[in-house]
Amino acid sequence: MTVISQIKSESPAVLLSNTDFRWGASTDSFRLRIDHFRLEREESNILVGPSGSGKSTLLGIICGTLKPQEGETRVLGQRLEEMGDLARDRFRADNIGIIFQQFNLLPYLSAIDNVLLPLNFSMSKKHACGLTQAECYSEAEKLLETLGIDIKSTAKQKAVELSIGQQQRVAAARAFIGFPKLIIADEPTSSLDEEIQSAFLDQLFLQKEKTGSSLLMVSHNPRIAERFDTITELDKISHT
Amino acid sequence: MIILRLAFKSVINRKFTTLLTIFSIAVSVVLILGVEKVRTGARASFTNTISGTDLIVGSRSGGIQLLLYSIFHIGDATANITWKTVEDIRKRKEVDWVVPIALGDSHRGYRVVGTSRDYFSKFRYRRNIKLGFTEGHAFQDLFDTVIGAEIAKTLGYKVGDKIILAHGTGPVSLNKEHGDTPFRVSGILASSATPVDRAVLVSMEAIEAIHVGWETGDFQKDKVAQSPQILRKMKLNPKAATALYVGLKSRMQTFSLQRWINSYPEEAILGILPGVAFGQLWALIGNVEKVLFLISAMVVFTAILGMVISILASLNERRREMAILRAMGASPIEIFTLLAAEAATIAVFGVILGFVAVYGAILLVQPFIESLTGLYIEISTPGWREFLTIAAILGASVLAGILPAIRAYLTSLSDGLMIKF
Repeated sequence: MTVISQIKSESPAVLLSNTDFRWGASTDSFRLRIDHFRLEREESNILVGPSGSGKSTLLGIICGTLKPQEGETRVLGQRLEEMGDLARDRFRADNIGIIFQQFNLLPYLSAIDNVLLPLNFSMSKKHACGLTQAECYSEAEKLLETLGIDIKSTAKQKAVELSIGQQQRVAAARAFIGFPKLIIADEPTSSLDEEIQSAFLDQLFLQKEKTGSSLLMVSHNPRIAERFDTITELDKISHT
Repeated sequence: MIILRLAFKSVINRKFTTLLTIFSIAVSVVLILGVEKVRTGARASFTNTISGTDLIVGSRSGGIQLLLYSIFHIGDATANITWKTVEDIRKRKEVDWVVPIALGDSHRGYRVVGTSRDYFSKFRYRRNIKLGFTEGHAFQDLFDTVIGAEIAKTLGYKVGDKIILAHGTGPVSLNKEHGDTPFRVSGILASSATPVDRAVLVSMEAIEAIHVGWETGDFQKDKVAQSPQILRKMKLNPKAATALYVGLKSRMQTFSLQRWINSYPEEAILGILPGVAFGQLWALIGNVEKVLFLISAMVVFTAILGMVISILASLNERRREMAILRAMGASPIEIFTLLAAEAATIAVFGVILGFVAVYGAILLVQPFIESLTGLYIEISTPGWREFLTIAAILGASVLAGILPAIRAYLTSLSDGLMIKF
C-alpha cells in the first residue's frame, strides 16, 4: 500500500496543533509556538510575516525536515511525528512540491532534467506521470510548455544559462511534476520584477487548479495576497 | 543510481577545480607507480646482469666481493685460481661449460677481461640474451680485442683500431703500458646495459702473452721484450684465472657442485649462486628504494588531502544544491553518498589517468632511459604490487572523501530545506 493511498481525502492538507519548535536547547535560541494552523485541500494560502518571524521554520516543519519538540503535525492526514526520518523523506518526495526563493535549480542539469529530478526520488510521482521514461519526459515537456518555456531550445539549456524568470518557471514545473497534493513556495517571486511576477503567479495558479493541489506560499509582498484564498499572518498565530 | 549520476555530473560541472584535483592525484599515481617501475627495473637490470650461469667460482673470500669483481669488475680478487683447479672443475660430470676470466689489466681506465671465445656464446644477460656485435667479430688472432659499446662510443674506437693495454687497474697515470704488444679491435659489442659495455675483452692466451717477462709484477729488466710475431709462435697455456663462470648440465646439481667446490681440498676456492649473491648485494643498497617509496607515499597523501580540501571548500557554496535535493526527497544518507561518490569519482579518474600516463610514458621514453642510463624498464602487465598500490590509493581517497560527506550530511540535517545566506 503506497503512502498516497493511505491519505485520507477528507483530512486537511496541513494541520498543526500546539506546535512548539526550538532551535537548540538554550533559552536564548529561537522558538516558534503555533497553537493552531490549518490549510484545506485545494486551498491557496499566503503566509506573511516580518523577517525572523519563523516562516521558513514553519515550512521546514510542514515538509518534515524540522521536528518540533512538541505538538502535532499532520500533512495530508499523516502524522509526521509518527514517521521515521527515512519515511518522512519519502513522504515529502511523494506528496510535496517545493519552490525556493531563487537559485533553486541544480546548475549542472538541463532545465528538463531539473524538472524530471523529483521522479528519481519518488516512485508514486513517476507512476503518476507514466510508466515509461518517454511518458515522464513528455509530461515534463507539457509542464514547461504550459509555464511558457520553449521546449525545443530553453528546456535543453543548462539551468545556469537561464534567466531568473525562466529559472523560477522551471522550478515551478519541477514542483508540479508528479501531481503532488501540496505545493510549498518560499518567496518564489521576490527576485522577479512586477510584470514577470504577475505572469509567474498566473501560471502557478493555473497549474494548481489543473493538479488540484493545495498551495502554501510565503511572501513579503502584500499586493499579491488578494490572489490567495486565505492569508495567514504568522505573528498572529504564533508566539516566538 | 541517480545519486551516482548526479555525483558524476556535479564533478563534470566543476571542471576546473575537478581537473586540477584529478591531475594532482594522477601525478601522485605516476610518481608512486613510476618509482615502483624504476625500482623493479633497477632491481631486474641489476640481477639480470648475468643469466644462464649457474655458479661463479673464485678464490675463497666473501660472496659479494666475488660477485663484485667477477661480474661488475669492481675491486680485485685476493688470489687467482690455478689452472689445475680450473681443469678439475671442468672435468666434473655435472659441468656443462666453464668460461674463465682473468682480470688485472686495464685500458684508459676500463678493465681488461681475459677470457675464452666461449664467453660470447655462454655469457647471457637479462632474459637469456646473448651478447651481440654491432661491428666485427670475436677475437681470432692472439692480439685481437673485442670492446664494449660504451668504450667504443666514449673513446671513438672502431674495428681495426690499435689499442695498448696497461698493467694494473689503478689510476691511469700509475699503470705501465704493454706498449710492445698493441691489440687490434676485432669487434665491438652491442650495448647490453651491463658491465660488459665497459670491458676490453681479450683471449686468455693474450693475457699470458702480454705478461711474458712480467712474472714478478713488473717488467724484468734482464728480459728482452718479445715481439708479437714471436709471441704468436709461443705456447701460451693459461696458468691461472681470476674467476670462472660455470654452467651445469642440470640445475638440480648446483648445490652438490657448490658443496664440492667449497670443500675442494687442493685450493681455497668459493662457489656462489649469482642469484643469491645478487639478492644479498641488493639488500645492502635496497634502503634507497624504501626512501623513494616513502616520498611517493607522502605525495599521494598530499594529493588526497588536496582533494578533501577542494571538496570541503565547495561545500558551503553547495548548501543550496543539497537543500534542493533534500526537497526532492533525498535523505541525508543520500547526500552523504553523493559527496562520497564525488570523491570516489575524482579518485577513480585520477588513478586511471595516472595509470595510463605512467605506462604511456614508459612506452615512450623506455628506449631513451635505456640508452641514457642503462636502466631497462620492462613493459609488462601490471603486477599485484601495482594493483595493490592503486587499490590503496583508491581506498584512501574514498576514506578521505568520507570527511566532506559527513560534513555535508550534518549540514543537510541542520539546514533542512531553507538556506539563508
